[in-house]
Amino acid sequence: MRELKIFAIVAFFSFLTYYLVEPYAHHEMHKKMDANGVEIKIESHGFTYDGTDDIAEAERAGDAARVAVKKAFWTDVVEVSKLKGDATAGEAGFGMCLGCHNGANMNMGGVIPPNLDHAGAIYDKNYLIAVIKDPAMASNVDHKYADTMMHPMGSIKAMLSDNQQIADVVAYMLEHKAGEVTPKEAFTEACVRCHAVRYTKTTQLGDTPKFKHKKDELAYEIKVIEEQDMVKAYMGNLPPDLSMMIRARGEHFMETFIENPQGQLPGTSMPRVGLNHEGYEKVKEYLTEAGDPSKKAREELGPWVIGFFVLFSILAFLWKKSMWRDLH
Amino acid sequence: MANEEKSRRDFMGMALGACAAVGGVGALYAAKRSWDPLPSVKAAGFTTIDLSTAKPNELIVEKWRGKPIFILKKTADMAAHERDLVIGSDRFHMSIGLCTHLGCIPAYKKDTHVFFCACHGGVFDASGIQEPGLPPPSPLEIPPFKIAGTKIILGEEGPEYKQMLDAGLTV
Amino acid sequence: MAHFEKANSLNEWLDQRIALNTLKKVLNTEYWIPKDINFLWAMGMILAATFGILVVSGIFLLMYYKPDTNLAFDSVNYTIMSEVGYGWLWRHIHGIGASIVFLIIYIHMFVGIYYGSYKRGRELIWLSGMGLFVAFSAEAFSGYMLPWGQMSYWAGMVITNLFSGGSLEAYGLVEWIRGDYVPGDAYLTRFFMLHVFLIPLVIIGLIVLHFGTLRIPHVNNQEGADIDFEEAAELYKAGKKKESKVIPFSPVFLSKDIFVMGVYFILFFYLVFYNFNFAMDPVNFDPADGLKTPAHIYPEWYFLWSYEILRPFSKDVGLIAFGIAQAALFFLPFIDRSPNVAPAHKRGLFQVWFWVLLIDMIVLTAMGKLPPTDPTFAFIGLVSAVLFLLMGPALFIITMFEKKIEKGA
Repeated sequence: MRELKIFAIVAFFSFLTYYLVEPYAHHEMHKKMDANGVEIKIESHGFTYDGTDDIAEAERAGDAARVAVKKAFWTDVVEVSKLKGDATAGEAGFGMCLGCHNGANMNMGGVIPPNLDHAGAIYDKNYLIAVIKDPAMASNVDHKYADTMMHPMGSIKAMLSDNQQIADVVAYMLEHKAGEVTPKEAFTEACVRCHAVRYTKTTQLGDTPKFKHKKDELAYEIKVIEEQDMVKAYMGNLPPDLSMMIRARGEHFMETFIENPQGQLPGTSMPRVGLNHEGYEKVKEYLTEAGDPSKKAREELGPWVIGFFVLFSILAFLWKKSMWRDLH
Repeated sequence: MANEEKSRRDFMGMALGACAAVGGVGALYAAKRSWDPLPSVKAAGFTTIDLSTAKPNELIVEKWRGKPIFILKKTADMAAHERDLVIGSDRFHMSIGLCTHLGCIPAYKKDTHVFFCACHGGVFDASGIQEPGLPPPSPLEIPPFKIAGTKIILGEEGPEYKQMLDAGLTV
Repeated sequence: MAHFEKANSLNEWLDQRIALNTLKKVLNTEYWIPKDINFLWAMGMILAATFGILVVSGIFLLMYYKPDTNLAFDSVNYTIMSEVGYGWLWRHIHGIGASIVFLIIYIHMFVGIYYGSYKRGRELIWLSGMGLFVAFSAEAFSGYMLPWGQMSYWAGMVITNLFSGGSLEAYGLVEWIRGDYVPGDAYLTRFFMLHVFLIPLVIIGLIVLHFGTLRIPHVNNQEGADIDFEEAAELYKAGKKKESKVIPFSPVFLSKDIFVMGVYFILFFYLVFYNFNFAMDPVNFDPADGLKTPAHIYPEWYFLWSYEILRPFSKDVGLIAFGIAQAALFFLPFIDRSPNVAPAHKRGLFQVWFWVLLIDMIVLTAMGKLPPTDPTFAFIGLVSAVLFLLMGPALFIITMFEKKIEKGA
């Protein structure tokens, strides 16, 4: 009847406005275009790393030399991944890593080398191979360096260069540096060296302890600022606090960004960290606890409130009908 | 027919009213929860104090739930009392440092071993017992505590505190 | 003092002192509304309900919000969103309410335009309603500042910059409005005062005025017909409900209102729980940073059509166009020269004018969000803005020549 027709018209124009202002406009605002005006689609590869995006970026930039270098690098990585790694033999090689990744919280070359306790669980195997072969190339920040040996971890290229040795070390990590990992552990190992999260009282130095005396509190704050200055000098800018990042960027962005920062923010100095799918899920869980802790409650309460109003509307309709029955 | 109409109307109206009332109760519950003390406030309601470095006859003042807490390590010549906290071979007096008359904070006199309240002249001895004939009606209150080695956790009710409550030594 | 007899019931006691029974009749049981209406007539009540929800949710936010540039962001995004019991619910309700209220305001306005509810006798209803639109706009703008996110800061920067008046270069005025060189603490606290105290009072006053100016002309109906309310009321009271052209506000009109409200709340709470990014823009979850501009700054959706009129022209022309656009809607009852009170589909060219206006405002809204660097969007924006400015003169001409509709009895 007429009222349904009127409702349909109102609903149509409302949805049209919504569509134009939200999905359509945001797509237009955020789409990336290449030099020929063709849209670059940014999609996740399910947290696998084979250099596809890296090579595509170099191709778009028309840099043939770089394309060749990257293709060679990632082909090499695949070669190593085919080797059978011996975890026992790898333990000796891993000892070389512990020289820097030693848990002493000392800044080396700009960041504190991350804890590797769960590296085998949260990082992708091919990425682990790649990062030992050449950290800057693996993390897609080689554009920052004339010579990738200058990367803070660059010297590993010389220390662990034999393919079988690399395969052994990675096998060791996959077997002995894996196991159950909490969201907090995953986040700490993958992100905390650069990113603070004030809502969980975490800084680049780790969890902030409780101090009884103001003087100790302030002394610690100064240590945090000094560490942040070193990270800032290394990265060019202080990496942002991640407290609300999950809501400020949304899941699609976070997924694609963490997998390959260069895709969403070309030229950024954030390295790809090589999280695998499980690692990313744990990190996402931690970020959600920090930035969107009411998500679960929201999703649980929603059906009840909406269901209540469905019932309310039905009862209201029946009451309205009974009130208007003798009027027509 | 008209009566049937009316009663159907009334029934639907009451059903709708009942539904609305349920919704209203839900909303009031959410409103009540918004006034609850925040988790960070409740967490701050537990304070741990380390007594290993306490010196005899030197009053320690800590804060617990916004209130001052007196801790006094007793000397040999201060009388023992059932209200004392016993940690190893040491005896401590501990109380909420608010005069039981009107809530001022008494000062500790090291030479005479008493708490003197400047507001109306109240006096409490080294075990927190009020001197008779002066305004304070009752001894200094003992806060809930739990002994853990040489530390005490204020806010938690340990067995010694429960004993004191049962024996009427504090409220 | 007037003489008072002993009362026999609470009802009688109150009636003796504040004429309760008369009040009930005048405002409820004998406040006559035409029967020939549709669900769009409920939009006014929905606005009142939404305003009520905004006030209640606002009260809970107000208990924990800190109006200080160092504390504001975390007081909202940490304390309220994660610590306060159901704090997240009040915040979501408040954010969705603030956005959806404008959808209902625009629907309410367009219904008024379509059915001629601004014509002779109802001018003050229209004017007080437009006053409410301005007050709600100010309330929304001031409220958006409070979380002190990136969008709060930069929208504040851009909009207060408008007051420099283009070539007038009134930078002193801009600084005075802000209380500082840039949006800062003084700016935040004064907008807090406006949002929490002054503008809500103004809104309440305007609502009272809006209702008051509606009483004598009475609510309009779908045909714009003149109704003899006294005659119709007598018929209704005599029990001849089918023949009467009116219904009492309470409980008959209200019963339909409440049903429409129920359906509205289904949509409202769906948005609160599942689809809120249109109202709680992700950019505002970045703390305000005066040294970093977001890639895209845009106002909330309900301001976009206005914003777009500003953009295609040079600075001064844009400001003038913007001013004309805001004022033009106010003068609608006086620009429309036709005496016909009738729905648009009975008013010839006016119907075309109506749909062009609606579609033009939607296009302006869409263009206002899109990046102005794209030449296609910029062109469409320019055409739509010019068209909007011509709608006033167009209406004048159309209604001058509109055929008078002969009203039946």
